[in-house]
Amino acid sequence: MSDNPRRDSLVRYSAELRTNHWLNAIAFVLAALSGLALFHPALFWFSNLFGGGPWTRTLHPFIGLAAALIFLMLAVALWDDNRMKPADWQWLKQWRDVVDGREDRLPEVGRYNGGQKLLFLVLVVGMAGLFLSGFVIWRAYFSHYFSVRVVRLASLTHALCAFAVIVAILIHIYAAFWVKGSVDAIVRGTVTPGWAWKHHRAWFRQVTHAANPRTGPN
Amino acid sequence: MPLQSLDIIRRSATTTPSPQVRGSYTGTVAKLIDVSKCIGCKACQVACMEWNDLRDEVGSNFGSYQNPADLSDQSWTLMRFAEYENPKGDLEWLIRKDGCMHCADPGCLKACPAPGAIVQYANGIVDFQEENCIGCGYCVTGCPFNIPRISKRDHKAYKCTLCSDRVAVGLEPACIKACPTGALVFGTKEDMKAHAAERVADLKSRGFDQADVYDPPGVGGTHVMYVLHHGDQPQLYAGLAMDPRISPTVKLWKGAAKPLALAAMAFTVLAGFFHFVRVGRNEVTPADEAAAEKGS
Repeated sequence: MSDNPRRDSLVRYSAELRTNHWLNAIAFVLAALSGLALFHPALFWFSNLFGGGPWTRTLHPFIGLAAALIFLMLAVALWDDNRMKPADWQWLKQWRDVVDGREDRLPEVGRYNGGQKLLFLVLVVGMAGLFLSGFVIWRAYFSHYFSVRVVRLASLTHALCAFAVIVAILIHIYAAFWVKGSVDAIVRGTVTPGWAWKHHRAWFRQVTHAANPRTGPN
Repeated sequence: MPLQSLDIIRRSATTTPSPQVRGSYTGTVAKLIDVSKCIGCKACQVACMEWNDLRDEVGSNFGSYQNPADLSDQSWTLMRFAEYENPKGDLEWLIRKDGCMHCADPGCLKACPAPGAIVQYANGIVDFQEENCIGCGYCVTGCPFNIPRISKRDHKAYKCTLCSDRVAVGLEPACIKACPTGALVFGTKEDMKAHAAERVADLKSRGFDQADVYDPPGVGGTHVMYVLHHGDQPQLYAGLAMDPRISPTVKLWKGAAKPLALAAMAFTVLAGFFHFVRVGRNEVTPADEAAAEKGS
């Protein structure tokens, strides 16, 4: 799909970024499903999606490794825009206004809001933890380089990081559905000016070259 | 169930009770390894490989009578040789038959994510059912005795079965049958404890004041027990664990973490759904579009 915006719309995500995002989504879902199959017996049936238990055990580390490397590309691309600023912490402090949809009470939001930046932070830390601990518990190739104590700690770390990342992504998916127009933005690449005005006003001013006289572009 | 004559009381990665109406009223079984009677002949190792059709690779000498060097998917039991210089300055040659301890509270079974890959029979034997094993190696992290080995050939976990196939038909394990000195005996756990107590009393009368039975309570007791002349220092016997128990890390990972994490994930999804029901979607209004028009 081309990046040419419709006459009345603003480009939010380039074709490269959208591709990158959806590659991440696919890899993440596969990694999460195969990982959850090995986490709780109630979810062991997920292993049927991957061809059974041994296939799930075999594939999961490779899927996870692919997910980590694909995420690295996304993280690099989004790094600068996701640095926490004081206004973002204020935004997070007012989470009640956020969930009530009272955006008028919140600080003006730039390209990403405090919640999105927090998601980014959780994903960066969580994926790094999964990547490192994943090698330690990769029995076929790497576990024999580590003492059993380290492998035990890595197993727990892997589960905790995966839990944090999965919960963060569940919230991410719901938030994208909840804020109408967000799914369109990441599928088609564009948003309407009203969407940008309502949800990311500082970014709106920036891309329409109308700097906010009080705070300037965020 | 591969062996109908053995009742399963615990099954890995299974949250519902296993069939267990037939209790083990005749008691559980146990193997007793009397280290003080062992001469290190390795007949038990040979019997194990013969009965179980195992053939380990011929390794190389690393300066010890111990051969092979370590347990493997092909060596389920191993005489570990340790040289100990006691406080009197005498050399003691301590030989311990290593292998699965068949814990009453098995860490391998707790850690295993594959339903039915590890089972515990009513008679106390902990058995790997390799056809259900997925090869993840979690049992290795769960075991406090460093016993399970993942085969490089088929990526399945293997260890001593306590000859569950022989025991099921009323035979003693192959290693017991082969032992020429009576260092290995097999029977009900109760009988083995009584026999061990006699052996400890005998050893004490011969000057081994610290002689003791090794039946570690940290794992609920074991169905393989030792009689040790230095019962106060099990680590002398090639690093036998002093107070083995399932690691707290594994307990957290395989205990509270599982239901709590699952509940939290389910709660997150439900919270999203009910947020939508109560608050509705966050939509851009014509007023927002108009404001944007004016603002730009």
